[in-house]
Amino acid sequence: MREQDPKERIKNFDEVPYGYSEAEAVAEALRCLQCKNPPCVKGCPAEIDIPGFIKAIAEKQFSAASAILLETNNLPAVCGRVCPQEDQCEKLCILRHKAKPIDIGNLERFAADWKLKNGFGQEKPAIAQVIGHKKVAVIGAGPAGLTCAADLAKMNYNVTLFEALHKPGGVLTYGIPEFRLPKDIVMQEVEQIKNLGVDIKYNYIIGKIKTIETLRNQGFKAFFIATGAGLPYFMDILGEDLNGVYSANEFLARVNLMKAYKFPEYDTPVEVGKRVAVIGAGNVAMDSARCALRLGAEKVYIIYRRTENEMPARKDEIYHARQEGIEFHLLTNPIKIIGDETGNVKTIVCIKNELGTVDASGRRRPVPIENSDFEMLMDTVIIAIGNGSNPLLLDTIKELKLTRKNNIEADDAGATNIPDIYAGGDIVTGSATVIAAMGAGKKAAKAIDDFLKTSKS
Amino acid sequence: MYKIIQKRQLNSQVHLIEFEAKDLAMAASAGQFVILRVDEFGERFPLTLYDFDCENGTITVVCQAIGVSTRKLCALSQGDSVLDISGPLGRSEQVQNVGKVIFVGGGVGTAEVYPIAKAMKQAGNDVTVIIGFRTKDLIICEQEIKRICDNLYITTDDGSYGRKGFVTDILKELLAKDSYDLVFAIGPLVMMKSVSGVTKLKSIKTIVSLNSIMIDGTGMCGGCRIKYNEQAKFTCVDGPAFDGHLVDYDDIILRQGRFKNKEEQSTKHYEHKCQIKLK
Repeated sequence: MREQDPKERIKNFDEVPYGYSEAEAVAEALRCLQCKNPPCVKGCPAEIDIPGFIKAIAEKQFSAASAILLETNNLPAVCGRVCPQEDQCEKLCILRHKAKPIDIGNLERFAADWKLKNGFGQEKPAIAQVIGHKKVAVIGAGPAGLTCAADLAKMNYNVTLFEALHKPGGVLTYGIPEFRLPKDIVMQEVEQIKNLGVDIKYNYIIGKIKTIETLRNQGFKAFFIATGAGLPYFMDILGEDLNGVYSANEFLARVNLMKAYKFPEYDTPVEVGKRVAVIGAGNVAMDSARCALRLGAEKVYIIYRRTENEMPARKDEIYHARQEGIEFHLLTNPIKIIGDETGNVKTIVCIKNELGTVDASGRRRPVPIENSDFEMLMDTVIIAIGNGSNPLLLDTIKELKLTRKNNIEADDAGATNIPDIYAGGDIVTGSATVIAAMGAGKKAAKAIDDFLKTSKS
Repeated sequence: MYKIIQKRQLNSQVHLIEFEAKDLAMAASAGQFVILRVDEFGERFPLTLYDFDCENGTITVVCQAIGVSTRKLCALSQGDSVLDISGPLGRSEQVQNVGKVIFVGGGVGTAEVYPIAKAMKQAGNDVTVIIGFRTKDLIICEQEIKRICDNLYITTDDGSYGRKGFVTDILKELLAKDSYDLVFAIGPLVMMKSVSGVTKLKSIKTIVSLNSIMIDGTGMCGGCRIKYNEQAKFTCVDGPAFDGHLVDYDDIILRQGRFKNKEEQSTKHYEHKCQIKLK
């Protein structure tokens, strides 16, 4: 895939890979063996007809290709960009034994983008919400909520999607940066979902403005809770309250949701110093590091307590980060942050680790090496070590069963201990992938349909 | 879109703005706040609810034009709309009859005293209010508060109205003469710090209301975290009310300045744009 040159792209927020041209897409699609019993589909949580849409691209039937995608996947342009295809569909592609697997992700992106560019507006007008059909409330307009709402609307339910923020998309909007997932793309795909008849209410925090109980009284017959993992973890070390220390959530929300990278045209500021440390090595950490670089930082470090092998980020993201000049301090853990007299970050003190015995996660436990602590000059520290479950809504549903980590206890179909409440995505699993959340939204939509068909009220 | 149905100027910088927001008004209670975003380019910023009217489906905030966002909001007129209002946020104030209560308000914080003092009075408390301003022209909410309390004291720094001096001067006198069960302080951080210092000596429970820099208001960004009893707390979901004796004010005062340079840059940009518009 052709990409923006690393030296150039660190000065802008434009998308890094250019995407396939028509000729490139057709050439790649023609490599597909069109397996009778395609293994790639088994790797896809959204169960997309992968050979089907690739065949359509090979035959230059781009509109048909996108239609096949949209049958099962309501956010194909998003998925084509952010799914970890290398661990899912592409990992199972027969061709991996001979040559490279088919680049399914980029083909998906191509077909979905083609539709957004060429096909938008040609489809039938928005289906009006059918009065008399059962009302379903979906809470949270992230990947799980959007998927569930879209599938339920396709089944002709009267769906209202309640979103706490002022924009839809959840992590797709506030978390993943523009250069990896352009916000226009997200908004256009959400527009398609609205065209299915989904009503989205913004600034609407269920648990605050209304409770599940009041919605029940307003005639909602089933609920899908998809509020995500939205409570940032901090490290509980000295100096985390200093100015210049951000949770990755705050940093990314400022940059992406509030467009601080266009400050002062946009009013929301973000302060990024010359030297930036990002703690953690997941996709969120890579996103934070690459944003910091684009906002003018001279040196950006990833500080991670284990080794490269254990990094949770996608290989692609680590590769892109290295390409852009981000430095990795591995087997390193911060122990305190030291500030100056004005309350700003001055240095970060870290300790070196070595790998010990295997822990509960199946990975070798990092063990601090005595007297190995060292200090680095730093202006900004971004903490990207994960998120927990947000209690805001859950506290208002006292009977709802939670796990030890305060996630919602739900079965594979999203059913909870309360018959009309379903849940899915990060609020059930803890931080996971976009596609896993979408898969949960799909399954829950089916389960809610079954529930409403059999329930009497 | 949330339409402004009434707007009134309270002093040279402070405006009272009433919005149409039915669902929000129905859910609101005293002590809670909302987050507003004026336009597509705007910041999300918190404002405490001054009043809410379930019958008419409106909420009212009081806003002091200081930074770009508050100036943008205060520049709007009746009939205009803001893009987003999210809320009600934060825990609602526990309103119960505890006996004798003193409210201390400083500057624009006086407007935030009003709804809680009103609710506490309705709950049967004996309510004394002390409000302080720099000078006479800046006094707000005097009549409204007078109507809902038993005693009202006003101070000005320059002595142009009421007593010359600080709210804490009156507070000390009252506490020396009589015993009180609870003190509420809402205003500048330095004022809340001084009030908490005074009441701590007398071991009188003191509640302060904190209004930190935040984005979502639901606990997601963690930007509003404060040091409270040696622990990190989020003012958006754990507050905005806190035990004034456990708050680390110096830490919050430093944190409030964390975007100071950018705020100055933003103000210059805003003023420049306003000048172009005027030409």
